[in-house]
Amino acid sequence: MDDAVRHLLSMGELKIQSYGDAVTPMKNDNITWLVGDKIPEYRVFEPYSDVVCSFLSDLSQTLLKDKSATQYPDIASFAYFCRKANILKKKESFVDRKIRLGRGIIFHISPSNVPINFAFSYVFGLLAGNGNIVRVPSKTSPQTDIVCNAVKILITDEKYGDIHASTAFVKYGHEDEITAYFSSIAQGRIIWGGDGTIAYIRKFALPSRGVDIAFSDRYSCAVIDSDAVMDADTKEIKRLANAFYNDTYLMDQNACSSPQLIVWRGDACKEAQKKFWNAVADFASRKYDLQPVSAVDKYTKLCSEAIENKYVSAVSRYGNILYIADLTELPDTVDNFRGICGYFYQYHCDDLAEIAHIVNEKYQTLVYYGLSPPELSEFVTKNQLKGIDRIVPIGQALDIDVIWDGYDLIKTLSRIIDVR
Amino acid sequence: MSAVDELLSAAPFSLSKDEKSELYAKSLFELTKNSYDNCDYYKRILQILNFYPNVSHKKEDYPFLPVRLFKDFNLLNVPHEEIVKTMTSSGTTGQKVSKIYLDRTTSTNQTKVLAKICSEFLGSQRRPMLIIDSKSALKDRNMFSARGAGIIGFSMVGRGATYALDEEMNLDLDSVNAFLAKYPNEPVLLFGFTSIIWEHFFKALERLDVKLPLDGAVLIHGGGWKKLIDQQVDNETFKKSLISRCGNITVLNYYGMVEQTGSIFMECECGRLHASNYSDVIIRNPDDFSACGVEERGLVQLISLLPESYPGHSILTEDIGELTGEDDCPCGRRGKTFIIHGRIKNTELRGCSDTYEKR
Repeated sequence: MDDAVRHLLSMGELKIQSYGDAVTPMKNDNITWLVGDKIPEYRVFEPYSDVVCSFLSDLSQTLLKDKSATQYPDIASFAYFCRKANILKKKESFVDRKIRLGRGIIFHISPSNVPINFAFSYVFGLLAGNGNIVRVPSKTSPQTDIVCNAVKILITDEKYGDIHASTAFVKYGHEDEITAYFSSIAQGRIIWGGDGTIAYIRKFALPSRGVDIAFSDRYSCAVIDSDAVMDADTKEIKRLANAFYNDTYLMDQNACSSPQLIVWRGDACKEAQKKFWNAVADFASRKYDLQPVSAVDKYTKLCSEAIENKYVSAVSRYGNILYIADLTELPDTVDNFRGICGYFYQYHCDDLAEIAHIVNEKYQTLVYYGLSPPELSEFVTKNQLKGIDRIVPIGQALDIDVIWDGYDLIKTLSRIIDVR
Repeated sequence: MSAVDELLSAAPFSLSKDEKSELYAKSLFELTKNSYDNCDYYKRILQILNFYPNVSHKKEDYPFLPVRLFKDFNLLNVPHEEIVKTMTSSGTTGQKVSKIYLDRTTSTNQTKVLAKICSEFLGSQRRPMLIIDSKSALKDRNMFSARGAGIIGFSMVGRGATYALDEEMNLDLDSVNAFLAKYPNEPVLLFGFTSIIWEHFFKALERLDVKLPLDGAVLIHGGGWKKLIDQQVDNETFKKSLISRCGNITVLNYYGMVEQTGSIFMECECGRLHASNYSDVIIRNPDDFSACGVEERGLVQLISLLPESYPGHSILTEDIGELTGEDDCPCGRRGKTFIIHGRIKNTELRGCSDTYEKR
């Protein structure tokens, strides 16, 4: 028994009973078990094991058939991610000619304001071949309930006995003892959170070989080629506006991968901006549920920036649905300028190299339109940028995947057995 | 400004729609230009909003400042040495408070206008006044919290001010009885903050099972409905409850912002809040800030003729309200009337920037 567990016992917080080697807290009134009812067994699989792939395929079908689930676009995209064809495609592209197994138990601390994130986190842990303890946010959401119920029912199927034994979704408050205990038995930990949360959770030690993956607060921007926008026909510009809406408004612009700054390249930028923003405003005014509090927040931000942000030269407004602040120059600290609920910053450049100086390690996603992927990857490598881990077309900013934030999650959450 | 002085000789709810429209177009032009010329922050905001203060606009087209701005910035139109009073909103500990800077003219006008509006409901005689609060609300004379400002302001309307609560906010029944004994045959004025009256006065009377002989008194109260709504106490319940303990009294609610102290909106006998000659209200659609018509809910924008030393003549509150009419209230007073539905709801925004839920 290690120190952490001994400490817990002495606190009287967890009553622990031993079955051979397995240490199982039998009862802690402060933990709600949403899926599973005990600490998962230490059981590892190969990445993309058949049982996991089949389980995810079943989960996908269950969710796609569930009438109450289909009204949530985030559940739909999760179900879409888990479908058989997609998982098999990922499996095929995962060829590293190495023998791998999961690391053990992964402890996930999921974000409170993106309801479906815990589910993706779990799936990454599973795909890499691990048992999982997922701390689900204590706030209730219909999405959480729907996914938990689907998983709960599926794992009662005999063929998923292994998954049943190695899965736990829990809810608990701020009991440090519980976090300490779960950390002490995890070979990997995924923390979604701001810098403060990450620093806080890291106080609780993992076993010596445990790996931490921290998805911290990041910043994202977009580059748009003005000529490409000018060339776009009505149908294409509508599609583009829809795609941009999905990247930004869907998460009230708060997702780390939602672009905050829009950099326009090329001469036709004034007309292109007008064409693009008109389409975005039109789309958003029909789709977005602008709360009065958001309108007041946005307007207050506009007034505050007029007073204290000397880089903002003008703000274009489309009702209260969309505000766009023009930046006269790009300070190195531009990643401190954050919009909300449809408040963007834009800047014009002739050459991408002009924006290289702003990119620091905070930068996560570069969203683009009208530029080519080779040109963009060259921009990152040639300028030896410290940030930007993802380069995706407009419309895919929020598409979470097994490669995220610069990590290959399947590789990081599994271990290599080196056989010669 | 002269507009206020001129109005002081007229009855406070006397201007018709057309008269008011003309007066406000002119006054908003002057007040806006005054702030633009004398407050750099205000000037920058108008520039970003593409608003030109040198040409006249329609009343609805003049810009407004969100009230939260007064928390984050020191907004004033005059040099610091001309400030005679700084008012603050009553934020709870740790919260940022609004800071409102008054020079002599603005401060004097606030007092005069408040008295003028109250006289409409109280008559011109200054009544003996029972303040339902504690003297400690006034402790720092240099910083007037909304509570302190209210007490000081309304004290000018009454006389012989007596405090009904002791330093610990307990009902001081001896003082109250002494006050009643001193003015046995006079109609008195009761004043206090809505939530304080409920919590510390009405509930104490209930607990002690005391009834006070206050027939003919007028109770003016305002501010802080949130606490009462949490306890499911609405305006009607409040009125009935107070009457049950104090006899046949008139209970008048008022609405007002510390940013525009003085030009308060009084609730008339018909249950509507009234804009006086000194103030106006526009309800704004949150989608685009367009002006709403009667019976359309929206954000409440308040206009006051009083603020000269700071750019607070037109502000956007965080309250939701709706107009009930203009110049057509059955009570006979002119001006716009409206009702307030409460604060805008703080919705939880989606996003991934924070996770381990706040302690």
